[in-house]
Amino acid sequence: MVLTKALEGFGNYCTFLWRCFAIPEKWKELFKRYTDEMYKLGIDSIPLILIVSLFIGSLCTILIKLNINNPLLPRYAVGLTTREIILLEFSSSILCLILSGKIGSRIASEIGTMRVTEQIDALDIMGINSASFLVLPKIAGLVTILPFLVVICMATSLFGGYMICVLTSIVDVDTYLYGIQTMFIEWYVWFALIKSLFFAFIISSISSYYGYTVKGGSIEVGKASTDAVVMSNIMILVVDVILTKLLLQ
Amino acid sequence: MIEVIKVQKSFEDNGSRRQVLYDINAKFYDGKTNLIIGQSGSGKTVLVKNLVGLFKPDSGQILYDGRDITQMDRKQLKELRKEIGMLFQGSALFDSETVMGNVIFPLKMFSSMSAEEQRERAQFCIDRVNLTGSENKFPSELSGGMQKRAAIARAIALNPKYLFCDEPNSGLDPKTSIVIDELLSDITHEYGITTIINTHDMNSVMGIGENIVFINKGHVGWVGNKEQIYDQDNDDLNNFVYATDLFRDVRKYRLVHGYQRTTSSK
Repeated sequence: MVLTKALEGFGNYCTFLWRCFAIPEKWKELFKRYTDEMYKLGIDSIPLILIVSLFIGSLCTILIKLNINNPLLPRYAVGLTTREIILLEFSSSILCLILSGKIGSRIASEIGTMRVTEQIDALDIMGINSASFLVLPKIAGLVTILPFLVVICMATSLFGGYMICVLTSIVDVDTYLYGIQTMFIEWYVWFALIKSLFFAFIISSISSYYGYTVKGGSIEVGKASTDAVVMSNIMILVVDVILTKLLLQ
Repeated sequence: MIEVIKVQKSFEDNGSRRQVLYDINAKFYDGKTNLIIGQSGSGKTVLVKNLVGLFKPDSGQILYDGRDITQMDRKQLKELRKEIGMLFQGSALFDSETVMGNVIFPLKMFSSMSAEEQRERAQFCIDRVNLTGSENKFPSELSGGMQKRAAIARAIALNPKYLFCDEPNSGLDPKTSIVIDELLSDITHEYGITTIINTHDMNSVMGIGENIVFINKGHVGWVGNKEQIYDQDNDDLNNFVYATDLFRDVRKYRLVHGYQRTTSSK
């Protein structure tokens, strides 16, 4: 029964995506909405990303310093380990888990409210493919902007580590700077950016699906918003494992 | 004209089928205000959703000037929908757009007008529904009646041949309801639109009901107009129409003294 329901849900999600990727009614309108969505979903999230990244970068540095206080390890290991954690996991996966809470709930509640207030029916009645009109700009916008957010996150996190070194002298600043530059593997940056593309698609499409298929009123919209975040997070973790296995091994 | 022929509709309900519409036959005429009336749960909203193609009937035909909507593919349906305007119960205005943005939206999507012409047409529609001065207001800044008028302006922007209204007076005070009814009636006659209004507001029935279809428990219970509704002997319809003391008194008075219509002051 659960399996049947899950398969039915997956089938509906695929059908929904098929409708979303239909040829738009007007390219000009799509482009306008695409830029709007990039701003709403991406640029609006920068303050949150800056705050979270700054503190996580600082915390990583402090915790690594406290946990690898071993005379056999080089002192630059703090900077190096901080960088690897940030590039490999935090800047893409953890950031996207955080953003799925902000962006995912926003998308699901926005589209869900449009559904329960008949705004989506109004689009359908006009002869507009509502799924494509509302969702495609969100998917395209987030997939475009999220890699830039990941780069901002990487830079801010490393800066957070630097700031904590300057403010507390927990690690010598020059040693930290040497650590974050030594044995640098460029592929790790690309790895994070590739993952972010998948995560952007997951967050925007799953949240849109939950919002689009809401039935009922405000309580159901709230539930859909929560479900969208939970399902996005689960899928991000599943895809994270798969991509890490495929791209790093 | 829209013609409904033997339309049936049922829904899946906890593993069994629940029949909502049984062999519905009805005609909705051009240039007339056609009302679908009936109690809550009688199936009138389901009928309207079948008419506009949001639901597909289990069987039967729905002919838009001879074109059967139930047999149309997606492309044909899309073309037909450009001829349809709809006013929703909750207005369904786009929250993120101003009144002007809402009214100009269908023009942007479907017309080949220049930006200037689109703006002129949208302004004309806004003026037509007496919303001049509210062009830059957002739906949340409008009263219920103004929202309905903005929704009517959006619905008529593309000069539709068919206009559907789902409970246009719900949530409105009686005076604003009359304003909306008169606006819908005027627009219908002015542009020769086939207007279909789904309502259970008896003031609307008595005021603008030129062709009334009474739906009772999924069946067509009665067809007539506002003049005939007073004197018919259909018990189900009488229970619905004369549910309040006021309308019962009106009927008694009318049966005793005959019908004399008074003009309402606007």
